[in-house]
Amino acid sequence: MTRHLMKGCEAFAEATVRAGCHCFFGYPITPQSEVMEYLSWRLRDFPDGVFLQAESEVAAINMVYGAAAAGRRAMTSSSGPGISLMQEGLSYLAGAELPCLVANFCRTGPGLGGVEGSQCDYLQATRSGGHGGYRLLTLAPSTVQEMVHLTVLAFELAEQYRTPAMIFSDGILAQLAEPVSFDDLLVVTHPKPWAVTGADGRARNRIPRHFFSEASETDGLDPETVARYRAMTGKGPATPLIEAERLNLTLAEKYRRMAKEEARWEVIGDGTDFLLVAFGTIARVCEEVLDWLAGEGIRARLFRPITIFPFPSEALARAAAGVERVHVVEMNEGQMIDDVRIAVGREKPIGFYGRTAGGVLRVGEIGRAITGALARREIHA
Amino acid sequence: MPDETKDREAPGAVSEASGKKPGSLLTGVAFTYCPGSGCTHGSLNRLLAGIIGELGIRSKVILVGPVGCAEGIVKYIDVDAVEAPHGRATAVATGIKRSLPDRVVITYQGDGDLAAIGIAEVMHAATRGERISTVFLNNTVFGMTGGQMAPTSLIGQRTTTTPFGRDAQLSGMPFHVAEILTRLPGTAYVARTAMNSTANVAVTREAILRALEAQMQDRGFSIVEVMGICPVGWKMTPRDANTHLADQIIGEYPLQLFKDCVGSCDGGTGDGQVGPWTGDGGRGPQG
Ligand SMILES: Cc1ncc(C[n+]2csc(CCOP(=O)(O)OP(=O)(O)O)c2C)c(N)n1
Ligand code: SF4
Repeated sequence: MTRHLMKGCEAFAEATVRAGCHCFFGYPITPQSEVMEYLSWRLRDFPDGVFLQAESEVAAINMVYGAAAAGRRAMTSSSGPGISLMQEGLSYLAGAELPCLVANFCRTGPGLGGVEGSQCDYLQATRSGGHGGYRLLTLAPSTVQEMVHLTVLAFELAEQYRTPAMIFSDGILAQLAEPVSFDDLLVVTHPKPWAVTGADGRARNRIPRHFFSEASETDGLDPETVARYRAMTGKGPATPLIEAERLNLTLAEKYRRMAKEEARWEVIGDGTDFLLVAFGTIARVCEEVLDWLAGEGIRARLFRPITIFPFPSEALARAAAGVERVHVVEMNEGQMIDDVRIAVGREKPIGFYGRTAGGVLRVGEIGRAITGALARREIHA
Repeated sequence: MPDETKDREAPGAVSEASGKKPGSLLTGVAFTYCPGSGCTHGSLNRLLAGIIGELGIRSKVILVGPVGCAEGIVKYIDVDAVEAPHGRATAVATGIKRSLPDRVVITYQGDGDLAAIGIAEVMHAATRGERISTVFLNNTVFGMTGGQMAPTSLIGQRTTTTPFGRDAQLSGMPFHVAEILTRLPGTAYVARTAMNSTANVAVTREAILRALEAQMQDRGFSIVEVMGICPVGWKMTPRDANTHLADQIIGEYPLQLFKDCVGSCDGGTGDGQVGPWTGDGGRGPQG
């Protein structure tokens, strides 16, 4: 196995190339500008390589929208403020059911914030960052090697589900150099008969397709829904309302399917004193916290969500079943707690430790915070 | 406002409103631009459908629609089409063209879409010399949202957000897209035309053909700014609207061929500036 010592940023960039994505549009922002710097020369290796530094993140995501519509594997990468600017575009991509990949290497916020790594965009990533109630399939690696594998997987899932996907990471993993291998990557692609490539001897394709549906007004909808919108629109055709409903039902069904099929997680350790929950960079620190706690005579286990949307709710419920208490650790002020609460139910106490202004939380710092909280039987949520 | 509820695409249903002719690339979906208004979008859509059909490039064209009344076009022309977010058509078109460089990528945008919210994307697409063609309908208002002021509104123009007339102190001066884009070395073809007479329609047709030619010759960004009427947004009869266009609007926005690098233009340096339409060969004068 060939291993390369690479920064997270660059390993991510190389992974996108290995995944067959030769189309990048972006705008520089710390702590991930190296992604585009890397691709600026790397994509020259391919006759179909497209690299473009856009005038803004607004433009970049819309270029991704165009390239994805044209059937290409396309991506962009950014951080907090830039990701915020992309939200309208992401909503359009989700609504048009176009696959693409967006990486967010979180810095601190809100506002300009700082360039230190954090996880402060968890809510934006996992809820509906832009308008319309869409979701992004969001993967949160905790090592550079895992980032490589999840990047390749993200493209596959994006195409399978026809959805934008996100790699959710932080400035720490972006800048961390680790040995990484690109061997044995499994690249799976899906056909794109819907792409706009010029209507060469076929009926034309339109994106988004829903609002121009050639399906009958009633396809896939129950008679009551159809009747409701027909009554609402009186004499005018109910089609636009019906198509809007159809789109939203399609998306909701897709998100339910993702929740059922694509939730990914890892459980580390088997202690039953309490359950630690952490994702991404801080989860790997929490692995060491397990050892630190063992030194104190406390035996815990760690639940690490790998997908944060869909959140591995059922798996977390199972993992938490045998313990009395849950403790969440995040590089933010506790944005994941709602998801953990939903998974473990109302009764179980949840403790929390986090820092918001960036930097890696240290093993002892987390360990002491947890033992203190345990001693005080402190409940955060 | 256009009737957004009537946008059902019924394949094969030829409507009177769209005036579909055999061989034309109109889909046959009934136009929903304000009925009976004489809205320029209708005639411009029909013209563009005719041009694409005539050039026989249906298999190569990808059309990018905007947000605004102008977005109707993606329903009416039978080519592959994408609807861009408001103002982002040239960015979306950039993504498409870079992905598929041998296709013909056309954006169709209104003046709110292009000159207000989307001006950065247009300026940069033009600066990069993006090989795309933009058909830009400037009706000096936001049509779809109810006739509000656009950057292109005339001084003194009453709109729903300038009820006392556009005041330069408050809202600045009218914005001249064609003149500004002409200065950018990345533009290969820039013209301003109108659709208010048979002669002007012929000029617009020729300008769009040249713009597409500029793209197909790989010369750079091309744009045709078409001055149009929005009688409903302007709260005028079609007749008064046409008079207003001829008397006022074209005074502010002269119909002109600004730049033509088709065939030759040393890398599109801006030297291709060619001045007003000459008035010969059916090209003008335009009023
Ligand atoms: C981000 C965003 N802001 C505002 C709107 C509302 N909006 C829809 S169309 C439009 C203006 C359209 O005017 P113009 O481009 O001149 O096109 P016309 O309707 O005149 O063809 C606006 C402001 C929107 N859809 N998206
Ligand atoms: S541009 Fe004006 S006239 Fe045309 S459809 Fe829109 S509101 Fe009606």
